Amino acid sequence: MNEVVIKTDKLTKRFGDFTAVDNITFDVSQSEIFGFLGANGAGKTTAMRMLCGLSTPTSGDAIIAGFDVYNQTENIKKNIGYMSQKFSLYEDLTVIENIHLFGGIYGLDNYQLKNKTDELIEKLGLQGERNKLVASLPLGWKQKLAFSVAILHQPKIVFLDEPTGGVDPITRRQFWKLIYDAANQGITIFVTTHYMDEAEYCNRVSIMVDGKIEALDTPVKLKQMFSAKSMDDVFLRLARKAQRTSD
Amino acid sequence: MLRDRKTLLILFGLPVIQILLFGFALTNEIKNSKIVICDYSKDDYSRMIIDKFSANGNFVIKESLLNHLQIESSFKKGDVKLAVVFPANFGNDLLHLNQAHVQIIADASDPNTANILTAYATNIIMDYQKTLYENLNLPYHIGTESRMLYNPGLKGAINFVPGVMVLILMLISVMMTSVSIVREKEYGTMEILLVSPVNPFLLIVSKVIPYLFLSLINFTVIVLLSVTLLGVPVNGSLLLLFGVSVLFIITALSLGLLISNIVETQQEAILISLIGLMVPVTIFTGFIFPIENMPDALQYFSNILPSKWYYIFIKSIMIKGLDISSVWREILILTGMTCLFLFISFKKFKNRLL
Repeated sequence: MNEVVIKTDKLTKRFGDFTAVDNITFDVSQSEIFGFLGANGAGKTTAMRMLCGLSTPTSGDAIIAGFDVYNQTENIKKNIGYMSQKFSLYEDLTVIENIHLFGGIYGLDNYQLKNKTDELIEKLGLQGERNKLVASLPLGWKQKLAFSVAILHQPKIVFLDEPTGGVDPITRRQFWKLIYDAANQGITIFVTTHYMDEAEYCNRVSIMVDGKIEALDTPVKLKQMFSAKSMDDVFLRLARKAQRTSD
Repeated sequence: MLRDRKTLLILFGLPVIQILLFGFALTNEIKNSKIVICDYSKDDYSRMIIDKFSANGNFVIKESLLNHLQIESSFKKGDVKLAVVFPANFGNDLLHLNQAHVQIIADASDPNTANILTAYATNIIMDYQKTLYENLNLPYHIGTESRMLYNPGLKGAINFVPGVMVLILMLISVMMTSVSIVREKEYGTMEILLVSPVNPFLLIVSKVIPYLFLSLINFTVIVLLSVTLLGVPVNGSLLLLFGVSVLFIITALSLGLLISNIVETQQEAILISLIGLMVPVTIFTGFIFPIENMPDALQYFSNILPSKWYYIFIKSIMIKGLDISSVWREILILTGMTCLFLFISFKKFKNRLL
């Protein structure tokens, strides 16, 4: 078994009377692709924000890449990558400028930056687009570029918040290939998605309902447990129990 | 439409506010203007004219000075706009020479007000002269000699240049900052920056600094154009002018920061900084409608606008040529406002992070 890189223990976040995240406990190991599923409003984003060090938990514990979410958020931030559902590069900068900006923010030196940039451009086949504005790229390419930028600094964990929203199936498949490559390099992938076929690609999947984790296992075992044909069925069965309305 | 409260408010609220504002508050007529009197003669005639002044609704006599050298220091305090000086032997001259002179000195750093007040004052004296005619058949003549202090040529530019300066700096700085930060929120790049190891406060500071420099360039261009093309003087210290302008730009930038923390979209940011600020800044800064003539409530309201204080400062330094001892109050107020805006912004910013 690989080293545990995300470890939460009864992690809870309350906003007034509302418990957005309710006592969640789980571990994620290095190189694992961990699917974090849940209907809108189930508390995924809040949970993820706590794991990224953006939001302080109300109670419970979480250790991310060896650092505590209460008082070592600076260290957490250095060791994670993040890509959100909204497209998250600067549209009015070129491909190269974006890579340099984010590389700089994560403290890569010029030599590393140059190597990484060339490597990345070649991998994505963007040689012809190096100096084009990101705004002019097709959405699929932007998402792939955003992912590559998010793992530019070789983080221990990369958090992906609905990374493939609005992308066509072919590009989604290519995107998942990038995810597998990253996992093979030892990067842990923590991904939220609404596409159940993508859930099948994950090593393990958790399903959140009303702030709690209702199920957590490999897709195969989950399907057996709920005697369902697909992850879709598993998800529907659990999500229907939800009391909360979506946001 | 009934459910769209904001639109309703604009449709029905705006006309009401505008008619009330322009009907009551914003008038060029000047009432209760504070004046000072310097009476060297102290005879019946001068006293009668002084009585006329105090009986007239346009003027309130703030104090009687012993020496005309004190006039400028009353002008410096800002609330006195006009001084009337009776020379020694005023009554004697009038009786024996049949003619005498009164000097009217106006603070012409606001040329419109100075013009109107001088005309009011001259009228009062002419009226008095007429009553003298009625009693006696002798041709008494009271000459008025008016002096426009700070702006002898009554140049309009002297009034509007500081006004435009305030307006541009305020709008550009506030709008630019709020829009640029809200844009990052809208595009999702703010989130990416926040999960990065960059210190959030440093991040905000680095977003704001370019606009500080842009605004300073703007300011320099305006000053250069005003001095070279429009002949507006910089009578006071150039260093002080720049220093406090940097302070004011920072005040405006922190206001922009505050707005960016409240709104979610660029549209809202533009709407608030353009309409929500443009109207109050033009009306309540004092360069179009004199604030002294507004109802008390609006006068108090004008105090919360940083632009009003900066406008007073600019006029004091550029036109009146005063030094730091006369403008410390404005500097203090602007500093206080900046701290307040920054405090609220950072607090809100931090809350959003938690």
